[in-house]
Amino acid sequence: MEIEVLEGVFDANEEIARKNRERFLEAGVFVMNLMASPGAGKTSLVMRTVEGLRDRLSIGVIEGDIASRVDAEKLKAAGVPVVQINTGGACHLDANMVSMALPHLDLSRLDLLIIENVGNLVCPAEFQLGEDLKVMMLSVAEGDDKPLKYPLMFSQAHVLVINKTDLLGMGDFDPQVVRKTVTGMNPDIVIFELSCRTGDGLEAWTSYLHDRVRCR
Amino acid sequence: MHELSVTENIIDICLRHARNHGARRIVRINLVLGELTGIVDQCITFYWDMLAKDTIAAQAELVFRKVPVVARCRECGEEYRPENLELRCPRCGGEQAELVSGREFRVESIEVD
Repeated sequence: MEIEVLEGVFDANEEIARKNRERFLEAGVFVMNLMASPGAGKTSLVMRTVEGLRDRLSIGVIEGDIASRVDAEKLKAAGVPVVQINTGGACHLDANMVSMALPHLDLSRLDLLIIENVGNLVCPAEFQLGEDLKVMMLSVAEGDDKPLKYPLMFSQAHVLVINKTDLLGMGDFDPQVVRKTVTGMNPDIVIFELSCRTGDGLEAWTSYLHDRVRCR
Repeated sequence: MHELSVTENIIDICLRHARNHGARRIVRINLVLGELTGIVDQCITFYWDMLAKDTIAAQAELVFRKVPVVARCRECGEEYRPENLELRCPRCGGEQAELVSGREFRVESIEVD
């Protein structure tokens, strides 16, 4: 006997993501999911974004890592409400892990919640968390061929931040190559070029994010 | 890369439907897998033997129907397989295209005794 199932393998996650989203909408908090490979500068961008916007927005952070609390400690030292999720080996955050972290944050007092995903260019793209904005980073040191190698992530993101522009010219990375490949896959993507280390280009990013949070 | 947890999801879905129909054994599982998902079917088959071994799905045959990435131009309606996910329409050069397939990953049906 054949039984029709027609059930998506990620349906259970997407159902929890919908519930997360309802909680975010109810609390009036804008949620951004930050994804990139390890070492691209996710935590640096979180720190810089908080620095640039904390006078105007109330910001909380969920830190996803396979292990350790080092990123969360950095943010805590800066006075940011932060919850650490250790995935214990899982290569991505899923909606349920985020849902379990939410009671540790006072969502109603936040304007912006940044979820820093596990460093990985593959898996986080498959898992909805209930976010408003998917932001991914690519750093100059990683090479300009990455969009061709990890197309799902680049085709899903709303925003691409190219980080470490202070290293341009020290290798073969060409931002125009990245722009051409990525807009070919994802015509609506918004791209920023910046350096978290020097601060170059950050203002354009933070003012864009500020407008997105305020205009939701 | 996360085929282990994906395999657990598939087992949960199949066992739930089998139980609802009072099945004794799952013989075959028909899955649909889009080429853009990055899921490796051999890995799922590998994990299946480990994870399903004490269930009524232990001997099930996993059959994957692969779905290619297909885009449709919003301007001229052309459907095509975009190379390297370059969505620009090869017929009219239009830049507004949508993906019509390639992202699906679902359990289509199960065959049971």
